[in-house]
Order: sequence, then C-alpha cells, then structure tokens
Amino acid sequence: MSDTAPAPFATAAATASGPARKLRFHVLRHDPHDPASVPHTDVFEIDEAAGMTLFIALNEIREQLDASLAFDFVCRAGICGSCGMVINGRPGLACRTLTQDLPSEITLAPLPAFELIADLSVNTGKWMRGMSERLETWVHSLEQDVDLRRIEAPMDPDLADRIYELDRCIECGCCVAACGTARMREDFVGAVGLNKIARFALDPRDARTDEDFYELVGNDDGVFGCMTLLGCHDVCPKALPLQTQIAFLRRKMARTGAGG
Amino acid sequence: MKVIYTDVLVIGGGLAGLRIAIGARRRGHDAIVLSLVPPKRSHSAAAQGGMQASLGNVIKGQGDNEDVHFEDTVRGSDWGADQQVVRMFVNTAPKAVRELAAWGVPWSRVRQGDREVIINGQKVTITERAEAHGLVAQRDFGGTKKWRTCYVSDGTGHAMLFAVGDQAIASGVPVHERKEAVALIHDGSRCYGAVVRDLMTGELTAYVARATAIATGGAGRVYRVTTNAVICEGIGAALALETGAAALGNMEAVQFHPTGIFPAGILVTEGCRGDGGLLRDANGHRFMPDYEPEKKELASRDVVSRRMEEHIRKGHGAKSRFGEHLWLDITLLGRRHIEHNLREVKEICQYFLGVDPAEKWIAVRPAQHYTMGGVRTKHTGESPTLRGLFAAGEAACWDMHGFNRLGGNSVAETVVAGMIVGEFIADFIESPQGELDIPTALIREALAAERARLDGLLAGSGTERAEALKAEMQQIMTDKVGIFRTGADLEEAVQRLQGLLVRSRNIGLRTHSDGPNPELVTAYRTQKMLKVALCIAHGALTRTESRGAHFREDHPRRDDAQWLKRTLATWKGADDTLPSLAYEPLDVLSMELPPGWRGYGAKDYVDHPDTARRAEELTRLRERLQGADRHAVQAGIMPYDHLLPERFRGRNERIDERLP
Repeated sequence: MSDTAPAPFATAAATASGPARKLRFHVLRHDPHDPASVPHTDVFEIDEAAGMTLFIALNEIREQLDASLAFDFVCRAGICGSCGMVINGRPGLACRTLTQDLPSEITLAPLPAFELIADLSVNTGKWMRGMSERLETWVHSLEQDVDLRRIEAPMDPDLADRIYELDRCIECGCCVAACGTARMREDFVGAVGLNKIARFALDPRDARTDEDFYELVGNDDGVFGCMTLLGCHDVCPKALPLQTQIAFLRRKMARTGAGG
Repeated sequence: MKVIYTDVLVIGGGLAGLRIAIGARRRGHDAIVLSLVPPKRSHSAAAQGGMQASLGNVIKGQGDNEDVHFEDTVRGSDWGADQQVVRMFVNTAPKAVRELAAWGVPWSRVRQGDREVIINGQKVTITERAEAHGLVAQRDFGGTKKWRTCYVSDGTGHAMLFAVGDQAIASGVPVHERKEAVALIHDGSRCYGAVVRDLMTGELTAYVARATAIATGGAGRVYRVTTNAVICEGIGAALALETGAAALGNMEAVQFHPTGIFPAGILVTEGCRGDGGLLRDANGHRFMPDYEPEKKELASRDVVSRRMEEHIRKGHGAKSRFGEHLWLDITLLGRRHIEHNLREVKEICQYFLGVDPAEKWIAVRPAQHYTMGGVRTKHTGESPTLRGLFAAGEAACWDMHGFNRLGGNSVAETVVAGMIVGEFIADFIESPQGELDIPTALIREALAAERARLDGLLAGSGTERAEALKAEMQQIMTDKVGIFRTGADLEEAVQRLQGLLVRSRNIGLRTHSDGPNPELVTAYRTQKMLKVALCIAHGALTRTESRGAHFREDHPRRDDAQWLKRTLATWKGADDTLPSLAYEPLDVLSMELPPGWRGYGAKDYVDHPDTARRAEELTRLRERLQGADRHAVQAGIMPYDHLLPERFRGRNERIDERLP
C-alpha cells in the first residue's frame, strides 16, 4: 500500500452552515432538599454552535444563565452512563446527543423511576447498587483462592466475546426509565438486572445453577414481571440485545420453575 | 459534630481505590470508599485499549517477560521512573490480569491458527499456537518490544471497573457516593482522615481513619483540551498539597495523547495504531516514518504527540473551522475488525464526528491525557512525610512512569498499585504505627475550618466568578504549558496563574444554597486546581531540560548531569502563591538500566557522571553471573522481591516458562 492515500475527508466538522439557530431549552426544575421548591419548568435560550452536544449546551446555560442548574456528566464520551435524562420524551445519554439532531425546542427532564437529587440529576448509583446486591452480580467462584502465578484458565474466544457483549452495559438507567413494569413495581430489577443475570448465566466461571438464578429472578420482580413492551431495547444507548436476552431468560426460568 | 470512624478511608472509587478497599477487607479491616460519582462511572472506565502484562500468550508476544516489560517502561519514562517500583509493577501485572480473569473480566482470548493482521501498513498472516488457544490475548501498543497489552475489545477499563466494582460489593465495601473530601485531617506529621462534604445535602462529616488513601486519579481538567472526564480535577493531589507536609512529585510531567478527536478532545485508543492504524497529514501522507523510522506510529506517546505538532507547525495540518488537525486512518483494518475490536471508537466517531471510521479518516490532534506526577510516596504507597497518608494510581507518584507513561501501563497500574498498596495499608494498620490516637479537638478544628471556608464563600461579598477563573486557567495551561514549552511562556503562565489564585480568594457566588450547589463546588475546587496548575507550571519553568513529555524548546536536550532528579512540590503557607520546590536525586549507581537512548526520539542527551561507571559495573556483574538464569541475574543486579508484599511475590508462569 502506498504511503500516501487519497483523502476520504470527513465533512461534518468542515462544512459551514447558515446563521446559528436559537435553541430553547425547557428544563424541569426541582430541589427536593429545599422545602420552598416547587417542580416547574424553566426556559433557557442559547445560540446553537457547530458540533454542539447537550453536554456543551447545558454547561453553557449553567455558566451564563443559571449557576444553580444541576445535572450530571462524567466522561462526556458516552461510556460512563452518568448523563441519562429524558430528551424530548425519550431517555438517552445527553453527552452524545447532538443538538443538530433535535428541533429548536428541546425539553429535558430527569429520568423517572430514580430518586431525584435536583433538576436533571438522579440517584442511579443507589438504585444500581441495590440491584447488584440483590442479584449478586458477581462471579460466584467455586475456587476461593486462585494461584495468581499460574497460567489462567482458558476460555473459548467466542464465548468471551459473547460475555463481553452483555458486559457492555453501563448502568445508565435508560432502560429502567423506559420500562412500563418499573413504573408499577418498585422492586422490578429492570432490563439492566435481567441482562446481568443473563451475563452471569453465560459465564462458566460463575458456579451458580439455573435454580440459583431462579431464586433471584423467577418472580414478578424479575423476569416474569416483564410485559414485553421492550422500551428498554429501543432506548439502550449501547444497543444491547435486551429483547433476545429477556426472552431467552424467561424461557429458561419458566423451564427451571416447571422443574426442568 | 458528625464523625464516622473506620480503619481505611479510601478517597476515590476508581480501580485503584476499589482494589485497595477490597484488599483491606480481605485482611479483616473495615474500609469506606468515598466517591464523587457512582464508582462504576469513574474515569477508569475510559481506559479503552488495554493493560500491559507480559503474559506472552500471542505469537507476537512470545519471549516477552518481566525483563522486557521493565526495560520498555524505564525507556518510556525517559529514566525518570523509580526502577525498583517498575520491577514491582511488572512482576505483579500478570497476577493482576489473572486475578481479574478469575473475577469475571471477559478478556479477549487467543484463537489458534492463522489470522490476518496489519503491521506497518501491510497485511501479514500470523499463526497462533494451539497451546495458547483460549488464553488471554495481547495487542501491540506504543513503546513496547512485544505485543503485551491485554484487552477486552476496546472497553477494557469498563470491563475491569465493573468486575472490581462488583467484587467490592461482594466484599461488603460501603461506597459513600456523591461525597467529596474537602480537606485532610492531620497534625503536620500524621494523617487522620478527611473532612467530607455531601454533594447532595451540603453536610460536613469528619471521616476519621487509621489509614487514608488518595486514589482520585489525574488532574487533566486543569487543561482546556483534555481526554479526561470532568471529575479529573486533581483535587486529591490538592488535598495532599494543602497539608503543607505531603509533597507532589514531578507535576510538570504531563502526557498528551496523540489521538484525541478534534476538536472535542475525546480519546480514541492507542489500540487504533497498535492494531495497524496510520497517521496522515492534510495531503494524506503517512508522515511518522519520516520522523521515527524505528517505531513510526508506535513510538512512545510523548514522541508521537511532539512529531504531530511539529508536522502541523510545518504547515501540513488539515484545516477546519476549529483550527488544524491531522488524520487517523483505520480504514485499512477493515470493517469487521473495527466493529469487533474497536467498537467504542466506532461509536465515538459516529456520535461525535458523524463519521464511520471504517470508511473515513478520524480528525485527531494531541490532547492532555495523563498526570505522571502526583502525591509522592514510598514504594509502599505511603507518604514519606505524612504518616498514615497513602496514595495509589494516577493520583500517586511512587514513581513508575517517570516523565512519560507507556500506553496500557496506566490501567495496569491502577489494579497493581491497588493490590500492593492495599497490602501495605493492612500491614500499617496491624503495626503499632497504625494505632489511632487523635485528639478530638483536632477533628473539631478541622470541621470548623472547612465550615468557615464554605460559609465564607456562600455568604461572602466576593466579586470574582469561579467559572471565569477556571476557564482562564484552563486556557493558560493549554496555551502555555503544553507539548512545546519555553521559558518565556512558562514565566507568563506562572505569573498569570498566581494572579488567578489571588483573585480566587475573592470568589463570590450567585447561588447561596448549601445543598446541591454546582457553583459552590466549582468555587472551592477552582481554588484547589489553581494550586495544582501552579505546581505544574512552576515545575516546568524550573526544569531547564527536556525529559519524556516535558519538552523545553529552549532546553531541548535531556540533561542527566543536572536533572536526573524528581521534583517535589510542597505548599508551605496558606497565603503563598507559589509551591516550594525541592529535588530528590535518582541514584544511577543502583539502577538496573542506566540512562541511554530510548530507542526512539532524540538521540542526544547529557550523561550523568555516574552512568559510565554503573554501565561498567553492570558488565562485570553480568559476566560474574554468566550461566545463571534471568531471575538470578536480575536479583544480582537490583534486588526488589523483598519490597513486594509476600502474597504477590513469585515468578509468573508462561507457555514457554512453566513453573514446577
């Protein structure tokens, strides 16, 4: 191959556009710690910029218009799951949502189903820790102390890839916010929980049996609570195969529940 | 007065902090982890490409071992690293990978037989051994002689963090989320914990602990253009600095990653180049072989970043409305490879650039990426000047990276340091030194001081805007304390940062709530960040040589005679506007690998007077040890095994090096 190749240039950053749009953000505000606070909507208007994401827009609003606006970002690259919020009615990651893909009227609300901290900030961490403790989302190994000096146990390369496919969940909470059952059943483990059970059931390093998993999710707060509306599948920012995994797990659990 | 007592207080819920807490728990001690965010959202999750450990499973890693990893790391550090610490690290890294494998990390695995890879722009077929089938795979990374980087597709840090985070839950480690340490409690010689602010309610609590560990990651956000998460503001380093007793080491050593996407600065992994991706200029020309014929795109990060900026300066940058940049071309790797092994990269390109990297090139330019410096510690992770204070991971300088860190050595360091320092913390607690005998007045005064400081901000009549001061600091750091540094620029930077620090003592707020108040958080953090920025800028100004990532255009040579020493910055008085700098010499006569050429980058440097003597000594030693195996030779030259905690000693098994 030659050392100089014709340039397949990306054009997104290079193209000039017309005059900047005015964006109007309708943001649901509330501080539950402040007894005087009443949930309400504030409207903020800013000029759109090229390549603007909701991360950039919200920071601009906070810097220039309202220093008290609360929201959560960490990686701002779509990998940490901090910034789930309801964007024009749909749960998604704010950091990687480009304003150019939205109309000029933008409505932002905190994810439902989680404890509200303030404004757009919700306590997904507490919810996820509770789910992890309940479902014991770690490898339950038979071997207590592995000899770390020895060559690791082999694993089929395809199986490792399949486990990673489910391991990609970032616990952003979008699936829970989009879930009909989660609205009705406070203790429903959500697609995030069911996906984790599917992940550990697939992992040969985890010694738990189908009966063990049945104890964890073989009920209406688990896989039998799912109404198959599959909002989770539609909104998952990591495009996890939630539909397949939930169907697979339900069949497996139904079989286990029926006694094999 | 609200007080919580524990054995180990870990500040920071990333990989290093969580692993320390797990280690302490396993030794029977209580540990509490404080985290600004839910721990699985820590910046550890952003490590994409992988972690270095010399397993040597893949065929291109055959022959790899601790010796090769050691030399690569020391060369990468431009001889700034503590070589005994590097030895401790390279011997523990394989154990860390194997521990994580047992904990469920879905490491990508070797598949036996032929496979096609891209090496130096060419398709090459390599054949993996049958006996390696199913073992943890390695990919190529910059500055390494062997393929050594173990990976989980390009979501390595994520997979590691979730496995370790879940192990912490399994071990019953409480993580106090959305809590921020705002000051350490200490008496000038012993650290007793921290004053902690609840970010949801504003409440202050004293966490009193027998050992306190800072594991807060890097300080990338003192720069405007950085790959770092928004929480990487160097606050842990600042907490240590503000004690006046603990020192920060080598803060001027700041790494710039070659491939931040342009202009957002979001990282795309070194794995792109490790897997065969090329850097191209405005004309599509692959320019790295012109500058670095040996390692090309895979020289160390400091070297590649400098060559890229040099090439842009020569007028070969691609122009865009945001400024100039270069191109990363991974189209030659093929769609299947990208969608399989570089899927985060694909998502990032798709969402932030609107580009499919299997078809189009990626706009990149170097961006601040890593803080080699940090809280200066001994090999145990403990501060030599503030007993009971430990640090690990990017927040620490123990010091395995020197002036430049190799790709894949950072996420490896988080878990390795967590393992090692966790053991030493448990040892400390079990020793008489670890007893807690703190006067309650000390706790009360520490709480009162922080309360007064916050009230001063909330109720005060200050006129400065924290956000504006922070933005100006970030701009100064990116413009004046970047990849190419000069005395004049650095002097200007130090002066302007000092001005900002003085102004930061007069910040006023528009929001006066003590609950969830982002403006208040920005205010007190900006005051701390400015001190860290000053340590970086002042250290860079004073160091009149070029070493690793610290490059002075007015002093372009590495000068071992004058500068083979570690910078130690302390903050003596609360009203000071500059850190006090001291220097700790590195001992050439005890080095396993005396200073020389790195194998890439600049070839001229000034030798240390001891270098020739040590080289001769080593020749004699090696002759005397002729016939002994490599472990015996190493132990004869620079013993380190006794420095490791007992449970992590011992050789590492490989396909070609079986244990009995």
